Amino acid sequence: MKIQKIAFYGVLLAITVAAPFLFPSFSTQLATLWLFIIVSMTWDMTGGQMGYNSLGNIFFYGTGMYVAAVIAIGLVYDVGEYTGASGGGRYDFTNEQYILGFVLGSLGAGIFCAISAVILGYVLFGLRGPYFAIGTLGTAIAAGELVSNWDWVGGGQGITLPVYSGDFDQTKLFIYFAFAITGVILFIFLKWLYTTRFGAAINAIRDDEEKAEAMGIHTMRYKLVTWAMSAFFIGVVGGISAFQLISFEPLETAYQTINLGIFMVVCVLLGGKGTLWGPIIGAIMFQIFKEVTWNYFLGWQWVALGALIVVTVVYFQDGLMGWLRTQKPEWFGVVVDDKDGEAVR
Amino acid sequence: MDQIMGNIDLLIQFPIVNLKIILDGVMIGALFALAAYGLALVWGVMNVKNLAQGDFVIGGGYVSWWSYHNVPYFHPLLGVPVAFIVMWALGWLTYKLVISRVIERDLFTSLLATFGLAIMYAQLMNLMFGSDTQSLVLDVTGLGLENNYYFADGLIDLPAAKVIGVVLAAILATGVILFMKRSRMGQAIRATAQDARAARVLGIDTEKVYAFTFSLNSAICGAAGAIIVMVWVIQPFYGITYSIRAFVIVTAAGLGNLPGVIAAGLGIGAAEQYGSHIFGIGYQQAIAVILLLMVLIYRLVQQRRNRQVMQ
Amino acid sequence: MKLKTLSLAAGALFASTAIAAAADCATIEVGAAISLTGKYATNGVHTQNGYEFAMKKIADNGGIKMGDKCYNFNVTYYDDESKGDRAATLAERLINQDKVQFMLGPYSSGMTKAIAPVTEKYQIPMIEAEGASRSLFNKGYKYLFAVLSTSEQYLASAVTLAGEKAVEAGGKASDVKVAVAVENDPFSLDIRAGVLEDAKKLGMKVVIDEKLPRDLSDMTAILTKVKLIKPDLLIVSGHSKGAATAVRQIGEQKISTPMIAMTHCEAADVTGNFGAAANDILCSTQWAETLTYEDPIFGTAANYETEFKAAYPEYAEKKVPYQTAQASAAIYVYKDAFERAGSLDKEKVRDAIAATDLKTFYGSIKFSEAGNNVAKPMVLRQIQDGKYKVVAPSAFASDKVNHPRTN
Repeated sequence: MKIQKIAFYGVLLAITVAAPFLFPSFSTQLATLWLFIIVSMTWDMTGGQMGYNSLGNIFFYGTGMYVAAVIAIGLVYDVGEYTGASGGGRYDFTNEQYILGFVLGSLGAGIFCAISAVILGYVLFGLRGPYFAIGTLGTAIAAGELVSNWDWVGGGQGITLPVYSGDFDQTKLFIYFAFAITGVILFIFLKWLYTTRFGAAINAIRDDEEKAEAMGIHTMRYKLVTWAMSAFFIGVVGGISAFQLISFEPLETAYQTINLGIFMVVCVLLGGKGTLWGPIIGAIMFQIFKEVTWNYFLGWQWVALGALIVVTVVYFQDGLMGWLRTQKPEWFGVVVDDKDGEAVR
Repeated sequence: MDQIMGNIDLLIQFPIVNLKIILDGVMIGALFALAAYGLALVWGVMNVKNLAQGDFVIGGGYVSWWSYHNVPYFHPLLGVPVAFIVMWALGWLTYKLVISRVIERDLFTSLLATFGLAIMYAQLMNLMFGSDTQSLVLDVTGLGLENNYYFADGLIDLPAAKVIGVVLAAILATGVILFMKRSRMGQAIRATAQDARAARVLGIDTEKVYAFTFSLNSAICGAAGAIIVMVWVIQPFYGITYSIRAFVIVTAAGLGNLPGVIAAGLGIGAAEQYGSHIFGIGYQQAIAVILLLMVLIYRLVQQRRNRQVMQ
Repeated sequence: MKLKTLSLAAGALFASTAIAAAADCATIEVGAAISLTGKYATNGVHTQNGYEFAMKKIADNGGIKMGDKCYNFNVTYYDDESKGDRAATLAERLINQDKVQFMLGPYSSGMTKAIAPVTEKYQIPMIEAEGASRSLFNKGYKYLFAVLSTSEQYLASAVTLAGEKAVEAGGKASDVKVAVAVENDPFSLDIRAGVLEDAKKLGMKVVIDEKLPRDLSDMTAILTKVKLIKPDLLIVSGHSKGAATAVRQIGEQKISTPMIAMTHCEAADVTGNFGAAANDILCSTQWAETLTYEDPIFGTAANYETEFKAAYPEYAEKKVPYQTAQASAAIYVYKDAFERAGSLDKEKVRDAIAATDLKTFYGSIKFSEAGNNVAKPMVLRQIQDGKYKVVAPSAFASDKVNHPRTN
């Protein structure tokens, strides 16, 4: 069992490392796949494990993009001047400036988002059930609208980051591994977190918050810390995305409420809520579905996607993992500790 | 900042502007209220939070627009009843295919499922009607009216289309209130809203009540859309603005409070107009959403206070 | 309209590559991400039609001739849904998976801004016809070429005109009060920046400066202010829907501003949709069919319009929008550059494009170091009795401007 497990994770890791070299022309899609996996896993931290269904986690993605860009630019130039609508001048970045901006920007984005999660959560976690979903959705929409009116960060123009002047294939690999390493760290972190007392406590909040409170769990503290951890990772990948996309704008790219903001929820539902592997499998399934429809159903892709959401939510809300659990209970029941690894095989 | 002060200054310098803003707000608010009206019904009766609300509105607009361009001698005003009927049918279909399966489920389910529907409907409309903004010009000179009435040196304008829109909205709203109070079906709906299981025991076919309620909602939205296409413009992807407004209004008014929905609708219409006058029209959507958040937080504080009183 | 869009969608569904190669010619693979859905879909389709029409026309004329070989274009289209991040991903896909070596631009400055860094990274030449924002041309991009004039020129002549009219009336240009209402997107914001610069140069005062939300359907709040403050010049820019909303509500609220200038009148078909309400409004255009431009493939500008309408009957009732003409011009530039390069090597083609000096039905095309076309002026037209009449610049003007507007 033990060896099997090591072998299993070893193979996965090998695939992760080898993928961009085996399929170099797909490395952008692979990077996007990691983005989906990461945001789905972070959504599941509050949505699946803690029972708070946020529709506004995209707030941290968009904010992450902007914070990272502002840090990267601010290290070298005046931000307001750089984003100015008709800015005549040219702004060049050396490779060192670019990489420093990338690293500090992405980390700074994560930290900023974690802090804003604590502040926002303090207010929003008072809301229950659908009101929490509506409240978080409203926060994300409002943030996008406000940023789009904020000239200092370019307003509706958005921001165009510099293009890395070094070797181009290297940048692509760099971006891919930035996503992949974040994803692997997040996975290991969550695998550990869900086995600790902390994991048990947030599950208790999901199952019955009143009772958890009565048992002496300081629920607000747990909720805030969970959301902050989740926001940190979304902020970081938001920052990486900013450098991947280079040019982005507030309403459709950064605070893309009705795209990625909802897709992450659908991914989790597809794979199975409240499981470690569900969001990952869901994100992979979703990404494949999306690429296929976007390629072969031009014009109809959104109809197909809407239909996928409806069908998933109405008929398969337990997702693939839930379905497996009812079909093959022995995969889950025999060795509880091992359930996640088994389900994949 | 200067701009904001300048805009406030305008309000003081020309007091008549306040009247103009309130009138505009009321006319917009009346139409928002219609969309919210249906939402309050389905939310209250079947506990479904319909995020596709705005898409039903836009759908109604397109029904009217399409009929106008394809049916000879079609008067835009006819669009209102036609949209009501067509959207009733679409609502019924939606209920049978999707909504009937999410009623008993948790609250998040209906939110997500109707979100999926909203995406689908918007895209289908885009494929069917194209993504151009569309509108109909209501010409009432044939009815012995003028198309536009002007007051206060032309500063206040009352387009006939908007006035008729408000009147139609009022008729629809009263119609629904009367229907709820007087008819058998209305009583059945109210009974189901209060306690679905008890209603079932008493022989009310709740399934039928649900189907009826949802169709009625969709039909009201459709009628609102047919009015909106005469007053402003529609576009396949504009649904979300009406959905957001509907949620703001219902959350502000509270469930099961139909007159409250109308009051909240008018109030929010006016607040939005004031907001966009003072801060600039670019903030209009932000103002609507921030109002929603403020209402939610206000409710939360109120709830906490109530809980403390109870303890 | 309904069926047409459906069949177009269905057509795109089964065959994303559109043009059939003329008998003996080889093909040159070109890629384009274009807005077929989402908020820019109307103009995205105008653009696609422009590309398709020009490619057909070139194929009918024997294709692209290189030595004794001939080539035709074959374009792979994807739908960018009017979303920047999607456009960037699709550009990568076109280059990586479909292996295109040449790109055509998307619709709008915003989409072009998203794609340009990608084509730049891969060193793939892109000729674009729909991205006018100057922010595209201050990044030092080497592989981006635009056949159209940049956006600050769109309404510059309207500002100048307002100044001249003030002087004629015995005042000063600096007496003019300007109101600006533009959509919050890269193109319109750049229009705004251009107008503000020009107004400042002439000492004019900007009394209203507002941004329209993207899902705008109501401008009453701004127009009320216009009524109160009474500016001498009102500038509106917000793609097709901005033009439609503005014209309608200007009519409804009886706005008496003596001069109103906007963009996208033709694309929104304001004369067809709103009739008299559109009268005396100034519209900037990249191209007009009445201009005396000419080239051997498309003939005169007027000829282009006639033939295009014959090929696409859905345009019969309206103006052929300039978005279509400039898309065709982009294809023509490619043809010319390929023939001069005599090679399919992307670097050689890039250099050939950079050296373009071409007279076309769309106007002269010559690129600056930054890649924008500096040889073609913008034209200002006024809607007079439902007809578009060129009123500026004076070299092209066919009619005198009506000032102040009648309403």
